[in-house]
Amino acid sequence: MGVSNLLSWVTFLPGLAAVALLALHAVARGSGGGGLPDAAWRAAGLGATLLAFLGSLLLWAGFDAGAPGFQFVEYAPWLPSFGVHYFVGIDGISLLLVLLTTFLMPLVLLTSGRDIKRSVPSWVFFMLLLETGMLGAFVSLNLFQFYVFWEVMLIPMYFIIGVWGGQRRVYAAIKFFLYTMLGSLLMLVAILALYYLNSQQFGSFTFDLVAVPGAAARGLLDTQVPVSGAPWWQTQAWLFAAFFLAFGIKVPMVPFHTWLPDAHVEAPTAGSVILAGVLLKMGTYGFVRFSLPLFPEATVQFAPLVFGLALIGILYGALVAMVQKDVKKLVAYSSVAHLGFVMLGMFALNAEGLEGSILQMVNHGLSTGALFLLVGMLYERRHTRQIADFGGIAKPMPVFAAIFGIVTMSSIGLPMLNGFVGEFLILVGAFEAAPIVAVFATLGVILAAVYMLWMYRRVMFGPLDNPENRGLIDLDALEKGVLVAVLIPIFWIGVYPSTFLRVLHPSVKELAARFERAEPAEEPAQATAWLPPLEVGAEGPGGPRP
Amino acid sequence: MVEPSESYPLLRWIPLLPLLGAVVHGVMLGLLGRQMPRSFTIGISCGALVLAFLLSCVAFVSLLGQPAGARVLTDELYTWIGAGRFSAEAALLFDPLSAVMCLVVTGVGSLIHIYSIGYMDDDHREDKGFQRFFCYLNLFIFSMLVLVLGDNLVLMFLGWEGVGLCSYLLIGFWYSDRWNAYCGTKAFVVNRIGDFGFLVGIFLTFWSLSGVEGLQAGVSYEALRAGMGHLSTQMVTVPGWLPGPTEWHLTTLIGLCFFVGAAGKSAQIPLYVWLPDAMAGPTPVSALIHAATMVTAGVYMVARLGFLYAAAPGASALVAWTGALTALFAATIAIAQTDIKKVLAYSTVSQLGYMFLAAGCMSYSAAMFHVVTHAFFKALLFLGAGAVILAMHHEQDTDKMGGLRRFIPWTHWTFLMGVIAIAGFPPFSGFFSKDEVLLSAWLAHDVPGHYALYAIGLVTAGLTAFYMFRLYFRTFWGECRAPAEVRSHIHEPARTVIAPLVVLAVLSVLGGFMGPSEAFVPIKDANSFAHFLENVTPSVHHDVTHGTERILALVAVGVALAGLGLAWLLYVSRPGLAPRIADSLGGLRAAVQNKYWIDEAYDAAIVRPLVRLSDAVLYRGVDAGAIDGAGVNGIGYLVRSVAGDALKYMQTGLAQNYLLLMLLGSIGIVGLLVR
Repeated sequence: MGVSNLLSWVTFLPGLAAVALLALHAVARGSGGGGLPDAAWRAAGLGATLLAFLGSLLLWAGFDAGAPGFQFVEYAPWLPSFGVHYFVGIDGISLLLVLLTTFLMPLVLLTSGRDIKRSVPSWVFFMLLLETGMLGAFVSLNLFQFYVFWEVMLIPMYFIIGVWGGQRRVYAAIKFFLYTMLGSLLMLVAILALYYLNSQQFGSFTFDLVAVPGAAARGLLDTQVPVSGAPWWQTQAWLFAAFFLAFGIKVPMVPFHTWLPDAHVEAPTAGSVILAGVLLKMGTYGFVRFSLPLFPEATVQFAPLVFGLALIGILYGALVAMVQKDVKKLVAYSSVAHLGFVMLGMFALNAEGLEGSILQMVNHGLSTGALFLLVGMLYERRHTRQIADFGGIAKPMPVFAAIFGIVTMSSIGLPMLNGFVGEFLILVGAFEAAPIVAVFATLGVILAAVYMLWMYRRVMFGPLDNPENRGLIDLDALEKGVLVAVLIPIFWIGVYPSTFLRVLHPSVKELAARFERAEPAEEPAQATAWLPPLEVGAEGPGGPRP
Repeated sequence: MVEPSESYPLLRWIPLLPLLGAVVHGVMLGLLGRQMPRSFTIGISCGALVLAFLLSCVAFVSLLGQPAGARVLTDELYTWIGAGRFSAEAALLFDPLSAVMCLVVTGVGSLIHIYSIGYMDDDHREDKGFQRFFCYLNLFIFSMLVLVLGDNLVLMFLGWEGVGLCSYLLIGFWYSDRWNAYCGTKAFVVNRIGDFGFLVGIFLTFWSLSGVEGLQAGVSYEALRAGMGHLSTQMVTVPGWLPGPTEWHLTTLIGLCFFVGAAGKSAQIPLYVWLPDAMAGPTPVSALIHAATMVTAGVYMVARLGFLYAAAPGASALVAWTGALTALFAATIAIAQTDIKKVLAYSTVSQLGYMFLAAGCMSYSAAMFHVVTHAFFKALLFLGAGAVILAMHHEQDTDKMGGLRRFIPWTHWTFLMGVIAIAGFPPFSGFFSKDEVLLSAWLAHDVPGHYALYAIGLVTAGLTAFYMFRLYFRTFWGECRAPAEVRSHIHEPARTVIAPLVVLAVLSVLGGFMGPSEAFVPIKDANSFAHFLENVTPSVHHDVTHGTERILALVAVGVALAGLGLAWLLYVSRPGLAPRIADSLGGLRAAVQNKYWIDEAYDAAIVRPLVRLSDAVLYRGVDAGAIDGAGVNGIGYLVRSVAGDALKYMQTGLAQNYLLLMLLGSIGIVGLLVR
């Protein structure tokens, strides 16, 4: 195993472990036993995810933050006549998401020992498969390959919700599946249209996003996608729209969000954590990796729409979260609001907004992931998630209350914790693009405090008047350990975000530069033409803004 | 103009020491829980703070050693947030303005820490939370120090939010009580409304400075000051559907945004509603956070951005008028309160109004002077009230007090010093600072209606003397109205409680002499306070004769005397008169007692409609009704009725089927398209 294959090893290790375990399981069953014991599955699963995390730390250590372009690139023909290659590589954006994924997986496998009691082998199998699916999507530089991974992770998630979920799990799982399938089918069509267009322009077939180092073929990014004139299904607007539907559902953007609360509420804790922590980022990652660079003109054209939807998401998600009676559902709707912020920053299309947006993807994964872990720990003890059933929990569970408090504050965006840095940069960027929208989005900062603190107060404070809550026991060592592990990056990003922002600079700079070109200098407000802009004019000797 | 000077790495330890204190507490609490020994808690938390105070003094002496006009110490740590063109440094700035705040925060903070040892020890609740209390208190001091020492707006915002968090935690400190928890949340949310303005102000500042040739885009005060020449010439057009005019001076707009933040933190109309309820917290907290330090952050902000407000007459006028009206409004409510802490709370709101009145009249040194003297006497009054509450076994209602001067003489005498100071009798500290405030209103010819502002300030001074002496007489004079078993146990509190009272009493009496006007002290440049600040905040020229100044002061003292006399008449000499007068007022009395029903109005006009909109329209209507009901489930129902049997196979549990299906499908489509 050379370092040259490190990225592949990280990506495929969990999946390979899953297959190997399955084989061993079959062998063990064939030789008369009942297959591998549950404990062995769990331990092996944990080991595989930990190794993957270790590997991604090595990736991080070896990553050159100053260099533009993709690193740890690996390339191999797969179906060369179709232009389908095995092509992986990471830049700062994917690096952060890979780290997030490999960081969360061992933690959820650790905690799932408590609430997942049946079909443990399948559980571990699906979780490992899911991890490879997610990692594969983040590192893919070939669109066909990306699509395969995108679909691969859908299936384990479907089963995780449908098998280990709550009472309405089948409804939630099918809703999740149908919503996502609808989006991915359109994306596949768009990928193929793009592929076709590229072959027309360069005379060769490829699904590669960028040109392979040292090869003559051109990547899809080099394709000149016409803004108009071509057949309608080959114009930027339509291709963007197809991708938009796929990614927008996954994010999820209002009004495609209703699968999310159901999926979250019904999914087991580990499922919710991964769903919120990583799967939602597939959508936002898809936008930043594919939609934005592939269709810059359409992006600029659609930016007002996305801005509007993001703003609606921020306010709508927050308002609806405010009236939820179920803690998990409240957190789910808060995700809608948070991802509204991510989209807002991204479509500000400037460096501040983009970096904030990408950092906020990580932040949301950490904060909301931790919130789901905490809610899960409470659910295990009381088998209810109704806010009204709690009250005064801080007394029997002080450590739990303290950690819950910190995570709540991180979700609200308190400075010194991770959420602030992302949200702040997003709003700075959004203000440059469309000041009025940014002002209204800032209202979301107030609303976040309202619904999170409302929930926190009802659950943690007040008299301990429900007798069933009296016997609650505080967190044990394992739970504390898992939560403290999440708190480390929460504080780190809050206090010294440069470690993480640094790796983003080159990619974001390159991406933002595309939009400085796409937007003619004479008309800087084009992206937000229909949004009422703030206009600065000169009065007196100061002269106009240059 | 302030020039960057050499780095002074000692500076970082001033906020870091309390932070370390808080972190050590947090970790130890997590590991040991309540087994953590109290002496350890006291040593760490008070030790950290006293050290921070000593360091502040050292830094202050170093600052004085520099030539006047170039007094500034800086300490740059690292780039906190940097992306694209945006950059916010973690850098500290110790100039005269920060120095004043820093000394007050660490000095008064140390005294209140010491007081808290005795106060929290006497705590009657079962979950004493002694360690937790000092952990929060240290965290608060850290945040407050970052707020005043940060060299840029974002760092100020960090401290701003940090103190808000600690305020939230400490108001709801006895969280088992639903009311306390509610008050904490209310404080945080109302403050967040202010923070919204602060944030928009930062964005607006950065946006207006970025991309301007010859200017460095940034959020530091230095960058903002350098950009003033550009900013003050700009006009901004906002869309017509927003309330207010469409054409704004950029500086006015920025100033207004920041003032929204200041009004939230410093409890000004219309965002004052959280402060009276904040009294739910332990009394040392009320003294430290909700009187002496945190609530003055808004005044500090306006003074810090004085150069901006000086160029924004519209914003300054609003600041002055908001301050004056708040001062009057809160004073009228204070008259009718019987809870000892509630009176002091409304009095704080009112005094903060005074500070903004001065700041709005662009007399920033007067505003800061009142911040300092107020920190002394209001901390004293709150701590005295705490001592009374301890003595009375956690009774806060003055209806059940009276005659206490015989039982607790130390508390009584120190409290009286505070009352005289706030009422503004010479030569107590409140006299000098209040005089400066009123004088600045008298002289502010640029502010529309400045004589009216002066008159409001004067009336408020009379009301202040009245309600403070009313409180004093009702508490310490007359017959003791407490039940017999409480009366027999009234005792002077512990020595750690009394000692800070004495120190603060001395400061309240003498503190005014750090900046008396030359009209009262015949020494050249007697007002050393104003001179110390004059390089940071734009100074006003007092083109007023000493004669006029003395006459104005005499009028103010006369009005205060009238208030004192009325209080004496109603509550000492003819106690039967007060209820009769109150009864004859009828509706007005009810309005004042019920604080003009402002809380109820907010609830009915904003909170409940918003909740109803979210629940009935957005959640049930749009989410569950339109999108899910009609859209998703409708389609789902169609699919199921058409392909119900086919879907059954989705639950067979065979992953490979799907993989295969999907791959086959995908490859099929590829094959079709590519040929």
